[in-house]
Amino acid sequence: MRKIISFENNPPSFLSWASVGGYEERRGPLGKKFDFCDDTDRFGMPTWELAEGEMGRLSLNIAMNKISYEPRMIDALLAGDLENQCVASSGGLYSFGIPYIGLYSACSTCTEALLLLSSLISKTEISVGATVTTSHNSAAERQFRTPIEYGGQRTPTAQWTATASGAFILGSGGKVKIKNGIIGKIIDGLSKDASNMGAAMARAAFDTFYTYFSLSDIPPRDFDCVVTGDLGSVGSAIFEELIEREMPASHIKHVDCGNLIYDKKNADIHSGASGCGCSASVLASHFLPMLEEGKIKNILFMSTGALMSPSSVMQGQNILGVAPAIHISSD
Amino acid sequence: MNKNFYSAESNAEYKELVKKHAPKSPVLKNSILAFLIGGLICFVGEWLAYLYRYLGADEEKSYVLVTVSYIVLASLATGFGFFDKIARYGGAGTLLPVTGFSNAVTSSAIDTRSEGYIAGVGSKIFTVAGPVILYSTIAGTLYGLIYYIYKTVIAL
Repeated sequence: MRKIISFENNPPSFLSWASVGGYEERRGPLGKKFDFCDDTDRFGMPTWELAEGEMGRLSLNIAMNKISYEPRMIDALLAGDLENQCVASSGGLYSFGIPYIGLYSACSTCTEALLLLSSLISKTEISVGATVTTSHNSAAERQFRTPIEYGGQRTPTAQWTATASGAFILGSGGKVKIKNGIIGKIIDGLSKDASNMGAAMARAAFDTFYTYFSLSDIPPRDFDCVVTGDLGSVGSAIFEELIEREMPASHIKHVDCGNLIYDKKNADIHSGASGCGCSASVLASHFLPMLEEGKIKNILFMSTGALMSPSSVMQGQNILGVAPAIHISSD
Repeated sequence: MNKNFYSAESNAEYKELVKKHAPKSPVLKNSILAFLIGGLICFVGEWLAYLYRYLGADEEKSYVLVTVSYIVLASLATGFGFFDKIARYGGAGTLLPVTGFSNAVTSSAIDTRSEGYIAGVGSKIFTVAGPVILYSTIAGTLYGLIYYIYKTVIAL
């Protein structure tokens, strides 16, 4: 039975957050809001995989520095990335020495981590925890697609894995709280096309959206917007039409992180950004500051994951989607 | 949940929805660009052949030298990081001539450099170009066989 997990009794709140990006991210509309960007995309490391780990380390370091926290003050670290076995997270974050849980759920990892950490803080002995989510375009291209310098034409539905990282420190006493959340269901996106992941994920996003508002007492109109992770322009159009068809009275504004991060005219971006660093860095650089300043009060934050591997795609399996969601509020 | 979103009917509806919102590749624009950029590559190649003949190569060797030149040039362009930027527009025009093959090999080599010369470059250099090598070898062998049979058996 799917349930909304409520944290009302002891809601975890955002104490600090940080975002780190690469070259294309700095040139995008949110570029100035990132805490740190490296134009080389290398972050001083010899390989792309190490660069991804270094991005995660930097983002957590910046988030801790903002509130003068030391690693020993953090009880749990939940982190994930796109590399096999999350080696970027473990390699990048081991120097902190914080008890660690690695998470691997494609681009939905950011919300998954925040949802799990909220449960830990709200209901267990853990009082302060951190999440770090990272993706690196070059590391992802190498693992999932073709060599970086390979010259090919990308289809208009293809998305661009963001070189970005977002770190969040959760505890109690902050202004922006996580009120509740819902676990995503694995939904068949009915697509075998790895260069149209928006279509594979939009259905999962709609499933979570529909279920959340079927179960919740709060109507959609009380939310400023529903934020999806990386549906891109194609997935967003599908998601919005599904809502219009099935829940025409919801009148909710939809914003997709994948559509915010890049200047689509500048780069070879096509349908938008993707990757688990995409929703994490946009939450940290764009939505949390707005919530903190009171410009918006309530968002439903839903990272969307396309669950596939190069083997599953080549073997002709459908790409499955998953979309956990959390209600972030500054009321 | 009061509605079944995952019936066969809903699945068909969803596929329709995806089809409606997924933009098509701009085939005409891509074809024209491929024709122009691919054509330019071949045009310059022809002049290169003239140059090699002027420098003393015979006709057959001059074309071999053009092929070799393009492999080197495309490989260099890949290494300096601008081949993929041209190929973004050139598409089939940069892929079909030997430039595409050179790029596929060089980009794989650069990419796997971080895993070392044996397990990295050595074993992964043909991951993209592999099918071209395998099937062109098979096709070449078959063609040679047919040609041989024609020459020795039928044409007697």
